[in-house]
Formats: sequence, structure tokens, C-alpha cells
Amino acid sequence: MKLKNGPLMWLASLGILCLFVALWQGVSHLDLVSAVFFPAPTRSFESLWDQMRGTDFWFAFQQTLTRMAMGFVSASLVGIVLGALIGLSPRVRVYIEPSLELIRPLPASAMIPVFVLLFGLNDRMIVTAIAFSSLWPVLLNTVHGFKTVEPRLIEVARILRLSRLQTVWKIALPNAMPDIFAGLRLALTVSLILAVVTEMLAGVAGLGQNITLAARSFRSADLYAGIIVLGAVGYLTNILLERAENHLLRWRGH
Amino acid sequence: MTRILKGLLLPVLVLLVWELSARSGALKAESLSFPTAILLAAAAVVADGSLFKAALETFTGAVGGLAVGASAGILIGVAFGLSRRLSQLMRVTTESLRPIPSVALIPLALLIHGYGFQMESSVVAFSCFWPLLIITEGAVRGIEPRLIEVARVLNFNLVQRVTKIVLPAALPRIFVGLRLAAAVSLVVAVTVEITANPIGLGYALIVAQESMRPDKVFAFIGWIGLIGWSLNASLLRVQLKWFGRMGNWAEHTS
Repeated sequence: MKLKNGPLMWLASLGILCLFVALWQGVSHLDLVSAVFFPAPTRSFESLWDQMRGTDFWFAFQQTLTRMAMGFVSASLVGIVLGALIGLSPRVRVYIEPSLELIRPLPASAMIPVFVLLFGLNDRMIVTAIAFSSLWPVLLNTVHGFKTVEPRLIEVARILRLSRLQTVWKIALPNAMPDIFAGLRLALTVSLILAVVTEMLAGVAGLGQNITLAARSFRSADLYAGIIVLGAVGYLTNILLERAENHLLRWRGH
Repeated sequence: MTRILKGLLLPVLVLLVWELSARSGALKAESLSFPTAILLAAAAVVADGSLFKAALETFTGAVGGLAVGASAGILIGVAFGLSRRLSQLMRVTTESLRPIPSVALIPLALLIHGYGFQMESSVVAFSCFWPLLIITEGAVRGIEPRLIEVARVLNFNLVQRVTKIVLPAALPRIFVGLRLAAAVSLVVAVTVEITANPIGLGYALIVAQESMRPDKVFAFIGWIGLIGWSLNASLLRVQLKWFGRMGNWAEHTS
């Protein structure tokens, strides 16, 4: 039997995951490792189920996602607009690009203490930190996307007598789209990481604080449940963005 | 020469405006400080040795995690690259672990290892594992099929095939992966220190913030950026020296 990349293979692959989970269950039943570190999966999922029936969990969930969304969306808008302006003009680029290269290697989380000093430990600090850190991947990728337009396409635009705005809209923007989305994907990951980290630091209600509190009081089943939730958030938001990308870039074909 | 001057214009302008507005009181100097104070603080942390101590701690945590995570990533990446079936069977497992944000593991690592290098390294290892797994798998799969045929003709066994054909052929791209992971390891190490671990550059940032010393905060941010930049620059140089144009090719295909 030859299994190709089809649904059968996927099922087999799911089976392997179930096998791992069963193994984990078996190991914890045999008390091979301390239950404080590796609680049985049944206990972790039970805790997840219990949490999901309470309102506290959904409040934390909503808080974290709102902060992420606010930071991510504002960073994307600013990043794309600024990136387009910088990328489209070689004259502006000469002045700005070296500074961007200076900022590029800076770890996103390093700026958190500055925002704490500016705003204190609150929501405003969190959203600003998320937005600031997610801005750079979008901005840098957008600049790259706009500056690498094939020169011959620009010539075509000139021959067709397209106005500057039309050239940007019909030629430069579609060219930059894949790069922009690559930036958005990075920014999405960064925004989730920053949301978790800042919530841990600021001690405000959210998924990040949930897992810190669970770890501090040695509620390891709750901790695993929280990690599963964060993994799911990362997975689902990524899928959403991928869908949007496939929809917007459907003209590319595959 | 004019290019460099034009590139310098923006940073110099920003620093000048920052300095003047902070000194005149238009900017909150107690939370943003000003460039000359930051420069003095940057020199002070070098003079009292605290920068080197903190950087060494961060490096230890980052390199330890990088070594573990990267070796595991390369090992499994080679296995996945050689056997498409294995890779597909493990797909659901890898795809469900990968979206977990590394910082979500900080409370768990803290629970298991307590404060210190081990806890930091384990989070770094998790985040360095993924880029190397993906890049190595792609690199191994991208090996010229004729080389694999040569191995077959020469009757190589698996170990010989991996050490004599696969690894040398995939090495340029694996090195690119290592370079990316090195940057990631530094970022994650600093993030772990900011969030939980009381050692290294990240903790130095937090201490500076908590003692309301924005000049010191910015000084450390500057040093962290410089360290990240020089790490990447030196690895790029090594890549160029060892692999030459092969490295460039690997850069664009990874």
C-alpha cells in the first residue's frame, strides 16, 4: 500500500500523535516522572475543560486576544503605509534605510522596560509594546516588497500612461503583497509572544498571567492546559492569516 | 561618502531633538532620559564590569540552548529529509507543537528547573529547534539526486550516506539556519531574563527599570542591539569565508 500526501496519511499522522499522548499517559500512570512536572494528559485536558466552562478563562482569553489584535492591527497599518512610502522612493530610502538596519537586530522584548517606565504596568504599556515590536517585521518586509518591483513592469506602466497612483495600486502593491504577508506572519508571532510576556510582567488578567499563576501555585495541570490554549491561539491566528493571504493572492495561482 | 552622511542624518537628528527636548523639559526625562546621559551610563556599565558579567550569563544561557536545540533540530531534520514518509507521519505532531509560543514554556521551565541557566537554556532550545528542523529537512530533500545515486552505487550504508554525502551537501543551508537560530537564541535568552530569570542582560534591564534609571535601560538596550548585530555580522563573515557563493545560494533558497 502506498500512502501519498492524502487524508489517509494525515490520519496515520494523527494516530502517531495519539500514540505519543497515550505514551505520556502511560508514563505518568507508572509514576516514572513527578506529576508536578508532567501531569497526565487526562488531567490536563480535564483542567482545560473545567477552565473553559468558567467565565474567568473567557475573560482572560478575550483580554489577551483584544490586546494582540489592537497591537497587531495598528502595527500592520502603520508598517504597510510607512513601508510603502519608504520603499517607493529611492530618495527617501537613502536617509531612512541605514537607521532601519540599526533597529533590525534589536530583540523585541528589550524595549518593554522603556514602555513600563513610560506608561506603568497597565494595558497601555502592553498594547504599545506589542504594536512597537510587531511594527518592524511588517515595515522591513513592506519596504523590501516595494523596492524590488521589476523595472520592466514600471516601463509597462509608463507605456500604458498609468498615473503614479495607478502604478502603485496596480503594479507595486501586488508585487509587494507576498513580502507584506511574510512580514505580517512574523508580526503575528511576535504579537502573541509579546502579549504573553507583558502579561506575565504586568500581572494583568490574560492567558499569559494564567500560566504564571498556575506555575507559581504548582497547579501543573492548569499550566499545561494554558500552554495548550496558547498553542491553539498561535495555530488558529496563523491559519486565519493564511486564509486571508490565499484569498487576497488568489490571482497568483499555484 | 555622501551615502553614509545621508544615512547618518536621521539618527543624528533624532538624538539631537531628543537631547534638546529632554533638557528643556518638553520630554519626560525621568522616563526617557537623554542621549548624553545614556552614553555616560553605557560607559559606566562597561567600567564597572556589570555589562561583561551580564553578557557572559546571557551568552551561557543562549549558547547552551542553541547547542541542544540545534543538534536535535539537525538530527531530526536529516531523518525527516531522508524519509518523506517519516516526515509525513510526524506532521500532525510537529504541527501541533510548533505554534506553541516559546515564552509560554517559561513558567513550565521555571517549575522544573528553578531559576538559572538550565531553565533559560531549555526555553532557548525549544525555539532554536524549529528553524533548524525545517531548514535541515528542506536542505536534505533538496540534495542533488545524483549524489544519492552515487552513494547507492558505492554501496554506502546509512551512516556513511549521512556523514559523507548528505551532511556535506546540506551544510551551507544548515549553516544559514544556525545563523538565524543564533539570533533567535539571543532574543529568547534576553526575553526569558526579562520575564523570569534573574541573570544576564535581560535582568539588568529590569533592575535598571525598577530603580528608575532610564539612562541605564537605554544603555543596556544599546549594548544588546550591538551584541546582536555583531554576532550576526561575524557569522555572516564566517559563512562567506567558508561557503562563498554556496552560502549566497543557500541564503536565497532557505
